[in-house]
Amino acid sequence: MTATTLRARSADPRRTREMAGRVGWGIVAWVVSVAFFLPVLWMVITAFKPESAAETWPPQFVFRPTLSEFSLVFSGMGPYLTHSLIATIGSTILVLLLGIPAAYALSVRPVKRWRDGLFFFISTKMLPIVAAIGPLYVIALHTHLLDSIWLLIILYTAMNLPLAIWMIRSFMLEVPSELLEAARLDGAGQIREITSVILPITTPGLVSTALICVIFAWNELFLALNLTITNAATMPMYLISSVPQEGLYIAHLSAAATVASIPVIIVGWIAQRSLVRGLSMGAIK
Amino acid sequence: MTVIEDLAPTPKVDVRPRGASRRERWQRRLPLLPALIYIVVVTQIPFLVTLWYSFQNYFWNIPGGAHWAGVSNYTAVFTNAAFRAALVRSVVMTAIAVIMAMILGVAFGVLLDRKFFGRGVARTLIITPFLVMPAAAALVWAGPMLDPNFGLLNWLLEPFGVNHVAWLSTHALGSVIVVMIWQWTPFMTLIVLAGLQSQPPDTLEAAKVDGAGAFATFRELTIPHLRPYIELGILLGSIYLVNTFDQVRLMTNGGPGTSTTNLPFYLYQEVNNAFDVGGAAAAGVVTVVLTIIVATFALRMFARVFQFEEAGV
Repeated sequence: MTATTLRARSADPRRTREMAGRVGWGIVAWVVSVAFFLPVLWMVITAFKPESAAETWPPQFVFRPTLSEFSLVFSGMGPYLTHSLIATIGSTILVLLLGIPAAYALSVRPVKRWRDGLFFFISTKMLPIVAAIGPLYVIALHTHLLDSIWLLIILYTAMNLPLAIWMIRSFMLEVPSELLEAARLDGAGQIREITSVILPITTPGLVSTALICVIFAWNELFLALNLTITNAATMPMYLISSVPQEGLYIAHLSAAATVASIPVIIVGWIAQRSLVRGLSMGAIK
Repeated sequence: MTVIEDLAPTPKVDVRPRGASRRERWQRRLPLLPALIYIVVVTQIPFLVTLWYSFQNYFWNIPGGAHWAGVSNYTAVFTNAAFRAALVRSVVMTAIAVIMAMILGVAFGVLLDRKFFGRGVARTLIITPFLVMPAAAALVWAGPMLDPNFGLLNWLLEPFGVNHVAWLSTHALGSVIVVMIWQWTPFMTLIVLAGLQSQPPDTLEAAKVDGAGAFATFRELTIPHLRPYIELGILLGSIYLVNTFDQVRLMTNGGPGTSTTNLPFYLYQEVNNAFDVGGAAAAGVVTVVLTIIVATFALRMFARVFQFEEAGV
């Protein structure tokens, strides 16, 4: 950086100013980014502290890092982790199974009122699920689904399906029509058209759709908190249980929060490029 | 290059011949049906049941089950000051959080759109708060960040004369909103960035050649170009943020008093603490009706935003 700046200075003063401006704004951008990231960093740092070093004034930045809180978390989270994995992966698979054909029927070979269909799906995202939580509890009780992982799979699927349909549809619209035309001339039926033409081309899109669904399902707390107790309690609920009524808990909590968040953070970093497309339901490419 | 898709024309592939056969029509519908039936059953039935319970007198803790109560639950909802307060608080929290997140999102978007050393890493850092599990974010803010005795924020603000502030007792609503903003600014930043990157460079170049300053260019060209992206961000952000529950439940539990009780938390309390299924259902129905009114506008906006295509580009 400095070398470039120096060379520029000897060449042309106006370019130097431009360069300095660029470096200056770069520094501002870095400061803002780090400041924004700070709480996450603090969470991870605190997770490596012994409990006694986590609740001090002033906060300690130099300490002997320990993995003891992590090992506590790992030994305690087993069932919660399993439930979270089943609910997340199960619902994501179901979303894709239902969403791919639906997106196809709304894009490649559209039904007559495809636009109404699309808006119906999205409108269900706007209904506040909290409004129906009491009756949901009663329904779950009568169908013997209360505190079962199936209930979470069913509800998370409904939660993510509209978003997935919009997103997958946007990828399917990008499949070149010549390819579809060619497949049809070869006598391919709907199923072969989907499996041999559309799916291979849209695979990256389907992967990013799945990742978005994973993020939302993994992070969900409200339904899990209301409709499960022990047999299906998920990672967010493990987090809550890591805050005891009394005693020191900050390091333990930070370790639990780190472990619970890391999978989705990594998934999000990988899916970074398609994140915006997924979050805008395919509107922004 | 980023383009917002066009919903207006019928999808490109084959135009259906007039009077397509019954069989063909069903062939088209068939792939849609499983998803459609699934969504109707899972999302609509609970609301129908909610409607039913809203006319019932039903408490968890009183044996004997539900019995008909007429509109008494509704009278209770409309005369209930706590419900109205929670409703207003929901609107206020959502509005402040969405607007602040969008202002920051535009600022960060502009900053991160410029070329600088390590831009990719900086972008990755900025999007991370959005990915942190909301429950984890709430608990980490409530403890390690905001604690009056050992919280990092008080330490950072100490040089500015801040002395062991108990944020969650004295500035509860503000604290919750700050966490909402912190988690949703990355979302807005991403959307604004996508908008900025879709701006045709030659227009900006032309403005520069014409001698337009950076600020004038931003105001006259960039902001109008970003408008649909900003609208979309506000719309989607509102849909998610109006349902904020985790932060309220885990940071303040609705308090102190009811100072951070928003509508989702209020309904949760009605069912879990007051055991009042009927009352909560009636409040839920009112919420849904209000949502439908807002959503009708939102959907119209959605259709418009999704249609702007190249018109503004």
